[in-house]
Amino acid sequence: MSTPADAETVTTRTRPVGAAIGLLVVVGLALVPLFVAPYETTIIGRILIFALLAVSLDLLVGITGLPSLGHAAYFGIGAYTAGWLTINVTAEAPIPLLAAAGAGALAAAATGWLAVRSGGIFFLMLTLAIGELIFQLAQSWESVTGGSNGLYGIPAVQLAGSPLVLAGLRYWYVLAVFLIGYAVLRLVSASPFGAVLRGIRDNEPRMRSLGYSPFRYKLVAFVLAGAVAGLAGGLLTAQQRLVTTADLGFTTAALALLAVVIGGAGTLWGPCLGAALVVLIRDALGPRLDGHGPLVLGLVFILTVYLLPRGFAGLAGLRFRRRPAEPA
Amino acid sequence: MTALELRGVGRQFGALRAVDDVDLTVAAGTRHGLIGPNGAGKSTLFKLIAGTLRVSAGSVLLAGRDVTGLRESQRARLGISQTLQHSSLFLPLSVQQNVLLAAQRRHGNPGSLWPRRQAAARDRMGELLAAVGLSTRRSAPAGDLSHGERRQLEIAVALACEPSLLLLDEPAAGMSPAEGDRLVELVQALPREVTVLIVEHDLDVVFRVAESVTVLHLGQVLLTGSPSQVRESASVREAYLGTADRAELFVQGGPG
Amino acid sequence: MIVDWFDTNLVSILNGFAIGSLLFILAVGLSIVFGMMDVLNLAHGALYLAGAYLGYQFAGDTSSWLGFGTALGAAALVGLLAGGVLSTMTEPLARRPHLDQALLTLGVALVVAELLAISYGNDVLRVNAPPGLNESVQVFGRTYPAYRLALIGVGLMIAIAVYVVVERTTIGALVRASVADRDMVSALGVDNRKVKLAVLGAGSALAAVAGVLGGPIYGAAPGLDETVLILALVVVVIGGLGSIKGAFIGALVIGQVESLGRALVPDLASFMLFGALALVLIVRPRGLFGAKAAG
Repeated sequence: MSTPADAETVTTRTRPVGAAIGLLVVVGLALVPLFVAPYETTIIGRILIFALLAVSLDLLVGITGLPSLGHAAYFGIGAYTAGWLTINVTAEAPIPLLAAAGAGALAAAATGWLAVRSGGIFFLMLTLAIGELIFQLAQSWESVTGGSNGLYGIPAVQLAGSPLVLAGLRYWYVLAVFLIGYAVLRLVSASPFGAVLRGIRDNEPRMRSLGYSPFRYKLVAFVLAGAVAGLAGGLLTAQQRLVTTADLGFTTAALALLAVVIGGAGTLWGPCLGAALVVLIRDALGPRLDGHGPLVLGLVFILTVYLLPRGFAGLAGLRFRRRPAEPA
Repeated sequence: MTALELRGVGRQFGALRAVDDVDLTVAAGTRHGLIGPNGAGKSTLFKLIAGTLRVSAGSVLLAGRDVTGLRESQRARLGISQTLQHSSLFLPLSVQQNVLLAAQRRHGNPGSLWPRRQAAARDRMGELLAAVGLSTRRSAPAGDLSHGERRQLEIAVALACEPSLLLLDEPAAGMSPAEGDRLVELVQALPREVTVLIVEHDLDVVFRVAESVTVLHLGQVLLTGSPSQVRESASVREAYLGTADRAELFVQGGPG
Repeated sequence: MIVDWFDTNLVSILNGFAIGSLLFILAVGLSIVFGMMDVLNLAHGALYLAGAYLGYQFAGDTSSWLGFGTALGAAALVGLLAGGVLSTMTEPLARRPHLDQALLTLGVALVVAELLAISYGNDVLRVNAPPGLNESVQVFGRTYPAYRLALIGVGLMIAIAVYVVVERTTIGALVRASVADRDMVSALGVDNRKVKLAVLGAGSALAAVAGVLGGPIYGAAPGLDETVLILALVVVVIGGLGSIKGAFIGALVIGQVESLGRALVPDLASFMLFGALALVLIVRPRGLFGAKAAG
């Protein structure tokens, strides 16, 4: 967590290898419904959705240096928006998804202008508070969200008029959107804008003296992360056709941050691995532990902080050079 | 044409007047030195010019325009660029990334969310790295550089903003004599569109670079003149030698 | 008429003071630990919850002073020990960014909350107020639970005690100096770790005690830890980091927002907390009484 990796210094040598691995993973993921049972396919779909949330959070945590504990709020807002639209307006893709991303972005803009004024732990506190307030709002606004019962009976997403009922088709839909979302964030990370974000992460006062206004960049990053989180929320609705307040609660936000930290902040791909581990423990191992997956996750969290300060990505040895000490 | 004008600028920290009623005019295109014993308020004055600190009194004019109320980033966009006494770099980023961050604001598309080559910014980065002698170190993380190299990188970053007014705060501190010579050459080779205000402990460097020098003492202007005038001034000598001890007593641990 | 208004809303106002009282006890430890050590203790809510379950353990079945007193004592002890453990656990991370310490306490919070849920289940458990306080009294012609009045008194007493300790004793001077300039204090030869241990222990003990004290009002149930953590964080942010006065004022404000606000404009209740937070941060980015730079 402490030391987000820097995409730029991932040497060009590793790039073809990385691309090859990436391609293999994508092909493997695409083949999943052909070889894997529907239940397991659904679990992998959930991993992809959670991974998209984690990657959008990584844009804030790892690349901009803004550790958020309220990111699930925008995920949940996207999920509710998609759910409400699918029930009341149309189930035709990609309308619920676009609306979900839009709602996530709007909510992020409405709250981000306050949050991004701060940094570091203060930002952590503020986002935690904001996330919780949105959670309370979802619980009390029963006419739209269904309150603590959740929003259920959401029809299946339709593609060109035909509903995606089969688990395999739904999975491909999730995979396609995940890849688009991931690609968008990858591009942003590699853009000049992404470089500015890293500059803010590493030395915000210096960015100011170079003539940048960090506030604007941080706000745009926050809104962008909110949009992609909203998109992931829309996917969640399409996949499980049920939204509950737990989806935008503190635990979801904490697990998303955990995924980023376990995977390696700042790498984008690392948080995907972290998300896989989190979902596997919560959804696959959890039922066997009587629903107490968070216990294991909490222990994993503690161990990660001690043993893997740079997450899986650190283990992968991409950055063999010792990083300079953080400025005091 | 003046590049920079300070009118009655002051800054207090509690009871301490770190900078007190300073008037200063720097003509466009000149190289102006700012010297003074420890705690004279040089660094504070720099921060007031750059906008890192707000003035308690007076006004700051950049090329005739009053910028007193502007933030640091706004002043930077109007052409002020600075190097800081304690290197302030992006340590985890590579040398070229450091310069590119500055260069892309003027020569690139810093707001672009889409990857771009930013050829102009990259070209400028290459030139600047060559000029400061860091071409061979371009992919090293800034945190791996030696102290002297960091100072050089600091200058490249400042120049990449294409400033009209360049503030150098003790640029030669910690440099080897050879590196110091290179610095002097670099500053001398700057185009005349760039006005330079340099604070430096090494008076030799100042007198080689500057055409006019202002001496600051206990937050106030003691004298402004040509290097030879300053060198011969009795009051300057007294400020440096006679009262140096007391001056340092005053500011132990204080800003300045 | 303003008198009528007070009369109508008296119960809400008193409730606001009771909540504020509880919030102060909870937030003051969080605030000082943060102000001094930059350690954001996200396990603070879990400690409150542990205290609440201790309340259920000793004062769940019957109303007795012995049970309630035992619960308070046990909570203080558990809190102290937990503070010691947290202090020891964060020590290896002292050289790492403060965020890592916050993440560690987040992991601890998840584990503690789950362990409590495994032991006590998911139901809301009852904590009895001690005899004499478990009935209602007349306040200006309205019935009001005696326990809540007592809670307001206890909150005031703890506030005064904390104030006296921090402002008037040598230990307190050390704490204040640490909030202002940690490095200076360690340069004076004071072992930072011991100060941290003491403050984290005391803060955690207060959090657990708050759990017992809040028990007769909120009971003990999963999820309570998050709710109180958020409220305490909002109090700390509004009041300013490391400021006791700030925690006190912040707790009073949030107590009224939570109670009076919810009673007067129920639809806007969720927005009001955010609104209060936003308002304070816009006007005073470092909180009402904060001196240190944010972040």
